[in-house]
Amino acid sequence: MARYIVRRLLWTIPVLFFIAVVTFSLVHAVPGGPFDREKALPAEIIANLEKHYGLDQPLWKQFTDYLGVTRKPGGEYGGLLQGQLGPSFSSRSRTVNDMVAAHLPVSAQLGICALIIAVGLGVPLGVLAALKQNTMWDYIGMGMAIFGVSVPSVVLGPLLIWVFALALQWVPVAGWGKPSQVVLPAIALGLGQSAIIARLTRASMLQVIREDYIRTARAKGLTERAVMIKHAMKNAFIPVATVLGPMFAAVTTGTFLVEQIFAIPGMGKYFITSIGNRDYPVVMGTILLYAVFLVFANLTVDITYAFLDPRIRYT
Amino acid sequence: MTAQQHAQERALLTERRIANLWLDAWRRLLRNRAAVLGGVIIILLILAAGFAPLITPSHYSDGDSAENYTIPTWLVPLLPGNVEAYATISNKFALGADFLGRDLYTRIVYGARVSLPVGFVGAFTALIIGLIYGSVAGYYGGKVDNVMMRLVDIMYAFPTMLLIILLMAFFKSSFGGAQDPGTVSYTFNQVNHFVDGLLGLEGGGMLFIFMGIGITAWMGVARLARGQILSLKEKEFVEASHMIGARDLRIITRHILPNILGPLVVTVTLYIPRYITTEVFLSFIGLGVDPPTPSWGAMISDGSRAMRSYPHLVLFPAIALAITMFAFNFLGDGLRDALDPRMKGTQ
Repeated sequence: MARYIVRRLLWTIPVLFFIAVVTFSLVHAVPGGPFDREKALPAEIIANLEKHYGLDQPLWKQFTDYLGVTRKPGGEYGGLLQGQLGPSFSSRSRTVNDMVAAHLPVSAQLGICALIIAVGLGVPLGVLAALKQNTMWDYIGMGMAIFGVSVPSVVLGPLLIWVFALALQWVPVAGWGKPSQVVLPAIALGLGQSAIIARLTRASMLQVIREDYIRTARAKGLTERAVMIKHAMKNAFIPVATVLGPMFAAVTTGTFLVEQIFAIPGMGKYFITSIGNRDYPVVMGTILLYAVFLVFANLTVDITYAFLDPRIRYT
Repeated sequence: MTAQQHAQERALLTERRIANLWLDAWRRLLRNRAAVLGGVIIILLILAAGFAPLITPSHYSDGDSAENYTIPTWLVPLLPGNVEAYATISNKFALGADFLGRDLYTRIVYGARVSLPVGFVGAFTALIIGLIYGSVAGYYGGKVDNVMMRLVDIMYAFPTMLLIILLMAFFKSSFGGAQDPGTVSYTFNQVNHFVDGLLGLEGGGMLFIFMGIGITAWMGVARLARGQILSLKEKEFVEASHMIGARDLRIITRHILPNILGPLVVTVTLYIPRYITTEVFLSFIGLGVDPPTPSWGAMISDGSRAMRSYPHLVLFPAIALAITMFAFNFLGDGLRDALDPRMKGTQ
């Protein structure tokens, strides 16, 4: 197991490197620079700014500076290897590290709330639909799942605001800080995910309860409850765990749409504006952050497999 | 029972035996009411998009700023608050008018000319690229397979949404305004205009959206195709064709592809809603379709700024989008159940 984890962690290094190279090439391939303004800055000022940030260096040098394997023009190392994500060109007083520290927790809180809704609603709904297959419960559950899959957050968000904030006035329209302000965005973000989980849980449950070991468990006289919880659900959860990995990375690192609709100060906004502003370090930082989250979420998922199903062994 | 009835019955039975997999699947599909409803809605949407100029009162970019934010009279009783105090209320527009006084109904109908092609072309490109890539990896196996599949793994570690945003920013600013004949960018721009024209839009930049989705959407299909081929290529009928000297290309196209196309088509159909939401998302953040070409995502984005006072600007495009998504999900689920009843209810 330990060897497997080490091997997986080592494999993330080339993956992250590749992602860094592609992202770096893409952001620099987009025409325009970080200091283009509607009212053009004097050429000397741009030259000075570029010199200050090392943008006058050849691209490969900028990249190695960013990684932290070569000295920056200032003479010091300061890149990924040193844990520094670089300066932000558009908000001069802050580094990308500051930005992440200030806004990632917001996105993460919202994301975790959404994930709790997704799992808390999706798993019971899926299990219920599978256990009572082809009954009212099944149809209601799967009807709700179809609704969740078909109504994207860009539609659900405004609808929720309209009904619960404007018409009924139960919760604030938008903003961040009070617990009541988390409810609507978390639902807007989590409902679609819960639908995916519900459908997956149902399908996987249906498959598992036809297995021989379930019949064996029943035959040895266990209560139906014990059979379902200890034997069926544990195994049925494996495919669900698979989608939870990427889902976790996606919802915790900032979802622009929901953050925009509900005016939440999360990471999503900075990524979108940084592309428009050609704020290279912010773009790089956000993408790498997401990739790291994804890699670790997937690794966690793979390790959980071994606990859920002892037949899965890693060597 | 008369002899005639016997003969009829026998004929029926024979017919049923001849009925092949596809006919069977078609019958199962027709029995699924939700799928039929989805299919009918999609056909209606395609017709509406195709005949848009005939069923809309004006052009999608025509508007009078004197009539901006008009709320249709029939909607007023449904809205909270005192709408009469601040808004123009009129019967002139079926669904009201947007912030530039453009007819909302017209723009929603033309918006289908964006969303539907994105769904279909996205599915088609994902199928073609994924199929070719997955077939080659699965069929040749060994080192080729290993390298090709590692690349897919890396692509999977990319945040798809962020990658597509980057790609769109790149396409739009590199190719979008290219004016110099002879350059690659210019060619892309010309093709882009041609594609927009083909879809009946004046501008919009649809080619770039297709390219962005195409580049980021094929990996799932590639994995599936590879897995299917890995299991098929060991089968006796493939071995037999090898023995009689058939070439690789012929074996892949004549013997293997027909066997794996069903599940792949189903998977891709189930992805269509995802491509549609991708475009909506891109247009929402201003990197999708260029204005004034209408897109439901851009309309929702514009509308959400004035939602408190003019909720109709968000509601109608949102409802159009939701109906389309429902239709594709119903049809996709139905297709999957029909083609492979064992997969019923899976994602």
